[in-house]
Amino acid sequence: MQRRWVMPACAVAAVLALGACATEGGTNVTGDHAANGAAPASKEKSKALPMGLDASVNADPFPSTYRPLPGRLTAIVGANILTGAGQEIDGGVVVMDGGKILVVGPAGTAVPANAVLIDGKGKWVTPGVIDAHSHLGVYPTPAVPSRSDGNELTDPNTAGVWAEHSIWPEDPGFDRARAGGVTTLEILPGSGNLFGGRASIIKNVPSITTQGMKFPGAPYSLKMACGENPKRVYGGKGRAPSTAMGNVAGYRNGWINAADYKRKWDDYHAKFDKGEKADAPKRDLTLDTLAGVLRGDIRIQNHCYRADEMATMIDISHEFGFHIVMFHHASEGYKVAALLAKEGICIATWADWAGFKMESLDGIEANAALTHRAGACVVIHSDDATITQHLNQEAGIAMGAGNRIGLNITPAEAIAWITLNPAKAIGVDKMTGSLEPGKQADVVLWSANPFSIYAKADKVFIDGGLAFDRADPRYQPKSDFELGQPGEGAFQ
Amino acid sequence: MSRALLLALAASAVLTGTAFAETIAITNAKIETAGAAGEIALGTVVIKDGKIAAVGASVTTPSGARVIDAKGGVVTPGLIAASTNLGLSEVEGVRATRDEFAGTDIGAAFDVSYGVNPASTMIPLARQSGVTRAVTAPSGGRGFGGDQDEIEADTLTAGTDSGHSAGASLFAGQAAGITTAAGSPDLVFKSKMAMVIDLGDAGARIAGSRGSAIVLLKSTLEAARHYAANRAAYDRGQSRDYHIAREDLEALIPVVEGRMPLLVRVHRASDIHQVLRLAHEERLKIILEGCEEGWLVAAEIAAANVPVLIDTEADLPEQFESLGARLDNAARLQAAGVTIGIEGSHDFNNLRQARFNAGTAVANGLPYPAAIKAVTSNMARIFGLGDTGALEVGKTADVVVWSGDPLETTTWPTAVFIDGREQPMTSRGLQLRDRYAKHPDDGYPLAYH
Repeated sequence: MQRRWVMPACAVAAVLALGACATEGGTNVTGDHAANGAAPASKEKSKALPMGLDASVNADPFPSTYRPLPGRLTAIVGANILTGAGQEIDGGVVVMDGGKILVVGPAGTAVPANAVLIDGKGKWVTPGVIDAHSHLGVYPTPAVPSRSDGNELTDPNTAGVWAEHSIWPEDPGFDRARAGGVTTLEILPGSGNLFGGRASIIKNVPSITTQGMKFPGAPYSLKMACGENPKRVYGGKGRAPSTAMGNVAGYRNGWINAADYKRKWDDYHAKFDKGEKADAPKRDLTLDTLAGVLRGDIRIQNHCYRADEMATMIDISHEFGFHIVMFHHASEGYKVAALLAKEGICIATWADWAGFKMESLDGIEANAALTHRAGACVVIHSDDATITQHLNQEAGIAMGAGNRIGLNITPAEAIAWITLNPAKAIGVDKMTGSLEPGKQADVVLWSANPFSIYAKADKVFIDGGLAFDRADPRYQPKSDFELGQPGEGAFQ
Repeated sequence: MSRALLLALAASAVLTGTAFAETIAITNAKIETAGAAGEIALGTVVIKDGKIAAVGASVTTPSGARVIDAKGGVVTPGLIAASTNLGLSEVEGVRATRDEFAGTDIGAAFDVSYGVNPASTMIPLARQSGVTRAVTAPSGGRGFGGDQDEIEADTLTAGTDSGHSAGASLFAGQAAGITTAAGSPDLVFKSKMAMVIDLGDAGARIAGSRGSAIVLLKSTLEAARHYAANRAAYDRGQSRDYHIAREDLEALIPVVEGRMPLLVRVHRASDIHQVLRLAHEERLKIILEGCEEGWLVAAEIAAANVPVLIDTEADLPEQFESLGARLDNAARLQAAGVTIGIEGSHDFNNLRQARFNAGTAVANGLPYPAAIKAVTSNMARIFGLGDTGALEVGKTADVVVWSGDPLETTTWPTAVFIDGREQPMTSRGLQLRDRYAKHPDDGYPLAYH
């Protein structure tokens, strides 16, 4: 591909893409399990409060300034396509324009005459990889204490902290992940707290600010953590929780406070709307997030290894009326796969990283495959700046482990573990995660079958813009941090 | 006679039986010999009396041999994992299961071989990754009581960067060679294989700075030499004072005499340069491990004829001492003439990563045959295990049959032989898998099955 087309075309493409972005930004993204009734309060009347004192007035105080890279009408012809939505197309055609997927079709599909052609023969095309569990930016490299901003270990309930305020956009790990085909990430707070804080969904583009990476229209999620980490952190400080039962009491107390807080605000808004005298509750960032979960606006991403603990968390979700979107790590997902399928809860797991602590002792290679077989939604995640670069191969290992026992999992199915399924879990599946007309053109061209150890991402498109090209140094962005350092940020 | 040899003899006495004498022919296989013969597209490997008896395209199956049809799969030598904590650590987050740290009373004298646990569930897991031998090695520093999150809790909350190294010895201790054979009372086939030391950031955390660490190292080596020449005087109390304990001095004598390799974990190009210089000055036999910036000084490493153990996935500026990490490090070092060994992760639970890391190296420019050697015959060369690591007549019959390309994500071993004995193809993880995969819905909990 020649760079020549970029300049004249980008203005048009950027305008198209921006228009699209603006529309998406206005999309009303809510959880699958929105709380009953609870219509949004009248914003006009609530404005009577001084700015910043009513969370319902401005749910997005750190708005995205993301602008897609310049792109143009492009067709990848002749590659094997895994759509992410269940199809495999041998030697097919993918056309993207205006930041969107225009056409996905079999060999012989008409290609617009003025499209930039990319020969995909012998190569593979998939949706951009989505890592639903990343700490890039909040635990960046180099790993030094002054940049270790992922765990606010000062209280077991820090639902009021937001990962986006800890992200260092210059983390060189973002560039490595992009070269591994990762186009979207969920950046999570750590797992040291019962309620760790809000996650941030980002598009994996270089940016000076975090706002410049924020995925427009993506919903918020709240990180929760089961098990050993919170009780060890706080037990070690001589305070609650110090046991598994202390953890559970901590979650329930958190939800009781949240329900009470939500009721006060709902009462206030109801009275205010009727013109009655009403005292506004004092806004509380921690409870804002928890109440947002109870309203169905904020998703639950739950770090939880053990089968029994997952079952307990599900009961808590029933007790307080919210939905857990995904159990992260879920080393024992295979033990409760039917329950997860019934509850509509995904697991995000590794191929076989296990055994590093008691709660991960029973992790097995076939975890993803067995859970998938039971009908639950499976995601392969990284939680690691190295593994995030190899999620395609991690998925290959997990698929192989299933096929070793005759589960016959196809590449077309397994690719969803790192594309459409994580998109669903983090709430962006209407916008990205599969190669379907109208979706964002987040596309990877692989040198080989993406599940192969030898596969490399040759080209990575994000919203139709060429974000990485293995063969062209002009599309190999480098973090400010790496200038003037050994290797100058060249990592391949 | 060494303790290890005694135990090895005891082990062979116990295990000598019909299986040992069995003659096996693995037919219909693509053979990666990792030796001079390279790759044999289709052939047979014959195992007899624990040794490789024949390898080739036109080998006749001996009469009476048990035939294993590889069905076009690949046969390789057993993989040799380097610098792992296999057999020393069971659960990372459970301190009582970890025997890889020297503690604070001794350093160089620490011998991991006494702590190797043949019943570790990680041993069958290693076999499932095609690993038949491993160099199990101590970890540097003083050790800690929990996992990464605990370090995090300790250091981040307190806002300190203690590194958990206060009071630790500069030397991590001595590595041992183990097999992953099932049923052995002792897996150690060679103790005291290498002395391990962490330099760079880790050495600086112990000594105060890089400069202090090198000076301390040199003075310790000098003390060991002096002690070796003045043992009798030491026993009479007529020797000078040494800054480390007698057992540590004893342990270092083979190192200063060049009989035991010093395995140096080091990362930054300038640190590699300093270590090569020190090794030359002190006439040490060394092995480098880590070496993320090795590619920057590849010619110097090659000229010194020093082998390197690397993790080929390392491409992040993980620390300030590895800012130049890159994916083609293995390819560049190999092209410069350096003998490389490719490791998985030091952590037991990522041991399976060794073969995938070899594949990753191929994807980033390392020739395929070199990648195979980097997890087999090169490792044997590096650690002086000349009778293993290749499918050549007369070598120890450590053999793995794979369902396909051993470096690929979707293949697995179908048969593993160690010293000519076929190994059980199971592990705790596979038992769990089978319990849940074959769920018989008969009203009884799975614990009954």
